[in-house]
Amino acid sequence: HSELTPPKPGEELHVTFTTKDGHTFTFEVAEGDNLLDIGQAHDLEMEGACGGSCACSTCHVIVEDQEVYDKLEEPDDDENDMLDLAFGLTETYVHPPYLSSILSPLPYLLTLLVITDVGMLMVGCVCRSRLGCQVKMRKDIDGLRVRLPSMTRNMQLSDFK
Amino acid sequence: GDPHVAAKRADAPFRLAIIGAGPSGFYAAYRVQSKLPTAKIDMYEALPVPFGLVRFGVAPDHPEVKFCINKFDEVARHPNFTFIGNTPIGSDAGHLPFSALLPHYDAILLSYGASEDKKLGIPGEDTLSGIHSARAFVGWYNGLPEHRDLNPDLAGGDGKAAVIGQGNVALDVARILLTSVDELRKTDITEYALEALSRSKIKEVEVVGRRGPMQVAFTIKEVRELMRLPAVGFNPIDETLISQPLQDLPRPQKRLLETVIKGSKQYPDLKNWSLSFYSSPRAFLSSSSAPSKLSHIRFENTAPVEGTNGGKVHGTGVLKDVYASTTFRSIGYKSQPLQGMVEAGVPFDKKQGIVCNSLGRVVKPTESGGVHVPGLYTTGWVRRGPTGIIASTMMDAFDAGDNIVSDWQAGVAFLEHDAVESERAGWEAVKVEHEGRGVRAVHWRDWDRIDGAEKQRGQKLGKEREKFGAVSEMLAAIS
Ligand SMILES: Cc1cc2nc3c(=O)[nH]c(=O)nc-3n(C[C@H](O)[C@H](O)[C@H](O)COP(=O)(O)OP(=O)(O)OC[C@H]3O[C@@H](n4cnc5c(N)ncnc54)[C@H](O)[C@@H]3O)c2cc1C
Ligand code: FES
Repeated sequence: HSELTPPKPGEELHVTFTTKDGHTFTFEVAEGDNLLDIGQAHDLEMEGACGGSCACSTCHVIVEDQEVYDKLEEPDDDENDMLDLAFGLTETYVHPPYLSSILSPLPYLLTLLVITDVGMLMVGCVCRSRLGCQVKMRKDIDGLRVRLPSMTRNMQLSDFK
Repeated sequence: GDPHVAAKRADAPFRLAIIGAGPSGFYAAYRVQSKLPTAKIDMYEALPVPFGLVRFGVAPDHPEVKFCINKFDEVARHPNFTFIGNTPIGSDAGHLPFSALLPHYDAILLSYGASEDKKLGIPGEDTLSGIHSARAFVGWYNGLPEHRDLNPDLAGGDGKAAVIGQGNVALDVARILLTSVDELRKTDITEYALEALSRSKIKEVEVVGRRGPMQVAFTIKEVRELMRLPAVGFNPIDETLISQPLQDLPRPQKRLLETVIKGSKQYPDLKNWSLSFYSSPRAFLSSSSAPSKLSHIRFENTAPVEGTNGGKVHGTGVLKDVYASTTFRSIGYKSQPLQGMVEAGVPFDKKQGIVCNSLGRVVKPTESGGVHVPGLYTTGWVRRGPTGIIASTMMDAFDAGDNIVSDWQAGVAFLEHDAVESERAGWEAVKVEHEGRGVRAVHWRDWDRIDGAEKQRGQKLGKEREKFGAVSEMLAAIS
């Protein structure tokens, strides 16, 4: 796995990852590190199959806080195109608060099924997905929290026919 | 699972045979290696070279997609991993019978992909020249030995090509036909394909689907690549074919449709491509002046079946002819059972073209639902059908790897459950039993040499690699 240059003393930024199985890790990183490199340097399950060139979507993360998400630069067309693919692969639609309260008593997986089976619900959903390889750490997003998406096995992309 | 068996297994090395060296086989091996590093894995591959469709499917102008082979290379160099290339599993001469593997492994993972393509089954398909399968064309430009001599008809006709089918492979074909040869020259596309493409007269590519724009199977990334080709125009699609307001659609579909509605500049004298919908091919036809050559395709218009939201269509009886002297059939890949596999107890669903399974465990269908066939697993395109990108194949393979390891640790029955204590000998035993068969196994160090030789050939031509197009050439590089 890749090595990262440690941040200079006093210039450490913090980023927190929540893994698929719900564990949380916080790392001290340097400005300019991207989330894929950070995840891989700490042996998190982020494949990065295309080596960070925005062509595979296996570095997909979900930003936990809307405010921080809004501070990031907008994803460009290429990143959005790959995210569209990732949507088919993984749960990404973070349901809005009013839905969460209805759905929270249900088991997690069931929640996903409810969301995806009634496709229309997705329309109102907030989406905070990014490709980890395209997001670089900056001072103004210090403390960023991201989640590695768990996959739904029930969805299938019908591409590459 | 049996707790006694589970306890015994904790210190017996697990022997796994993987059939097929594509991404699904490698990602599953990777997962097993990381959860059970003592597992001994033998990977059997029909060709002397690894990586399946990453080498022979993924387009040459997608080098970043092929980056995953770095991971596969790491997997292959694990001390408990053996690559056995040039060794097809089957019953022809020079093949290794499936049943010959069974006694020497605890488990077998079927990851041999989809080696055929679907046909239309309409008049003229097999008799006229100028009709190619997309699979063969893709294999041809990517150096797949089976299709090296395809000799596609690119220069002789009316300058128009039709692609039948609307998935990403169809768009790959369109893009390769329309990209300038000077761009392609920088990729690892084969020299013979470059040569033929440089003589191509094709200026217009029409990509035709049976259903509507809401049903296309291609993804926006591939559309955008075509839209960005310099000096290649696109005729925007007819907006009235979209029956729902765009803002009500899920984001991926909405963004895709916005792109094809917008279209791009047209170049009357240069190259263009287009999408057409609701057209089902009925016959390939020739003209009286050249009765053995394709000149046009007869389509029947279709219309959505009520209540299916366009998911199903029916013919309307209205026919129309599209003139195109070259056609690529791109309606899907198809898996077949390995020869001897069904006889050895592996159920295959011919209709869906997949090994019968539940989440990657091979399952024999019964009246009450199905029973797991001990020790047999499957992943990738042969498990779930020929759709999905490498990322989805990877997830599928991770599932398979997880299931294999957890079944092993739980004491679930594997191949010949009774003999669990005695260690299997894997390839070492298979090799001895099959020495006289004329199988010349190619190992990873051999692939290293083929790889090196290909890169060297490429260097001379100013490209990443120049693939060997024939098995004999691959083998000559290591003899
Ligand atoms: C034209 C095309 C373009 C594509 N482009 C992209 C892309 O740009 N990006 C992307 O993410 N995905 C792309 N894909 C999808 C991707 O290639 C597949 O998801 C993936 O390769 C499927 O992996 P697999 O292991 O199931 O099958 P395969 O890759 O087909 O591997 C199967 C392997 O099994 C071997 N085999 C077959 N029969 C036998 C036998 N009898 N004995 C031993 N070995 C055998 C084959 O030789 C092969 O090596 C593309 C697919 C196609 C067809
Ligand atoms: S690593 Fe492939 S898209 Fe980020």
